[in-house]
Amino acid sequence: MGIFDHFMNLRAVYIHLGWFQISITNLIVVLGMLVLFGLALFLPFPGNKKKGQK
Amino acid sequence: MSTSTEKEMWVTKLRKGWQKNLPVEKLLPDTQPAYVASWIYLFGVATLASLGLIIATGLWLSFEGASWYHGSNVGHFVNSLHFWSVQFFFVFMVVHLWGKFWMAAWRGRRMLTWITGALAFVGSIATAFTGYLVQSNFDSQWISYEAKDGFNSVGIGSRFTVTNFGQMLLLHVAFLPVIIGIITLIHVLLVRAKGVVPPIDAFNKELGERK
Amino acid sequence: MSDRRAELESAPWGGRTRRYDLIKEGVVAVVIVAIVVAALSTLFGSPDEKQVTFKEWATAAPADFYATSVQELAGSSGTGGYGAPYNKASDGVNLGPLYLAKLLGVTHPVDTVNDFVITPLTTVSNAAPVADALKTWQASDAKTQSTWATNYDNALTKVNQDQAKVPAGNYGPVPELAAGLLTMAQAGSLDGALLSQGNYFQTDNTKQTLFLGDGSYFNDKSTASNLQGSTWGMMNETGRYPGQAWLWLYSFWYQIPPFNNGDSHPFGANADAWIMVIMGALSLGLIIMPLIPIVNKLPYKIKIHRLVWKNYYQEENL
Repeated sequence: MGIFDHFMNLRAVYIHLGWFQISITNLIVVLGMLVLFGLALFLPFPGNKKKGQK
Repeated sequence: MSTSTEKEMWVTKLRKGWQKNLPVEKLLPDTQPAYVASWIYLFGVATLASLGLIIATGLWLSFEGASWYHGSNVGHFVNSLHFWSVQFFFVFMVVHLWGKFWMAAWRGRRMLTWITGALAFVGSIATAFTGYLVQSNFDSQWISYEAKDGFNSVGIGSRFTVTNFGQMLLLHVAFLPVIIGIITLIHVLLVRAKGVVPPIDAFNKELGERK
Repeated sequence: MSDRRAELESAPWGGRTRRYDLIKEGVVAVVIVAIVVAALSTLFGSPDEKQVTFKEWATAAPADFYATSVQELAGSSGTGGYGAPYNKASDGVNLGPLYLAKLLGVTHPVDTVNDFVITPLTTVSNAAPVADALKTWQASDAKTQSTWATNYDNALTKVNQDQAKVPAGNYGPVPELAAGLLTMAQAGSLDGALLSQGNYFQTDNTKQTLFLGDGSYFNDKSTASNLQGSTWGMMNETGRYPGQAWLWLYSFWYQIPPFNNGDSHPFGANADAWIMVIMGALSLGLIIMPLIPIVNKLPYKIKIHRLVWKNYYQEENL
């Protein structure tokens, strides 16, 4: 059982825009993917150890 | 061993093809091209890590039986591990797919790598779906009731019966993971055999193109 | 794309390299993902809303259960009129001239009268009125049975499923049979009887699920949890858990015209089949994306790849 089990099993909250509808949780997942994608592109990648072989 | 007059055996052909296309240096290299330097390259391995956790927790659940997790705290925790691994699996796979699309990673005769990746994505959706059907709770009752209409409408329902718990459970734990496993293995071996796709403009000089 | 370019891009990399430990990368990935997954599992657990049973349904909404049982006897329920693969009551949905379900036939026969009502009733010892009703029912021909059940079904519908207000009529033993099934369900013995159909081993829940779905109780419960297909339900999950968000595109088509109107022909009424075809085509499109013109040029036009390889482009002055 999760610590926030009670909270997680309450009725979900939905964002409603005309015919479009998404639960807050799904929205977090989708935004999370976009954020991960953005971070992966923009964050500098560490450890540029070159092994010069031309 | 084969001489020039002798026809090559199948086993010989397989060994030679393997050695040529995927020698162990290619399978387990200790260097990567200098352009492999971005966080985006980690989403493939993150997807694999999630898949590994899904399989491990799935095996744990199957050893205890399909209804275990309803009545046991440990069972519920293992079910949760399985559930969240699947969520992360899809998140990582989608970001991986976006990355590979924008790199046009099918270039340089890597078409089959793309195809196996896309097949793994579509196949994973089917596998996850059967997982939702065998939770044996309200969610799976409802999903099977709703989804039957989609499958029935095009005749798939005549053989693939989503309301048949036994059939879905067997497909979810036996057939579909094997298919996903094989596709994933081919995908990874292709990546290793072909190497990581070079940048789009890497050969502009050689090709006499200006950017 | 020139052959020369494909050759260069597929040849083993001859340029600069960097140390890269694939095995260490893999192990670290497993450890980190495992920690995150374990943390989320500890914090949030996973969805497991209790299954609906016939006992629950018959106790919480007896009038709905009773009326649904009558519909099953009359063949007027959703399952009764479904068509293939359960019965031959209708042609089912079509893709233009193609009736695929009908073409593949009744592979999963469901007889709502006997499978849902009569056979389960015969598996228990019933009170006298129910036992007599069963005898009367079984001694009559199909036409009489159908007349009784249809009469009662119509009468019950007219008075809004209020059993007490049904006027007298030619209903045969139907009211007693429905009442007997209600008693059986409330006692909790219908769940097992529907599944086993008189057998021991059984793992196919089709009959239970179809019966459950014919009533309002189950549907109302799903509406309350936002799981109906018409409200993106395919993506949703019970409680506040993330759902199958990856089904967003599949779910999307059900929200827009003509598919969101079940009465519009030919597409709305056959939305299930058309959306299946659309999604099949789009999935195929994803698989062969590198061959699709325009789409396969997007990565060259929108240069997100320059962000991926920004170090390399700088170092090589590209």
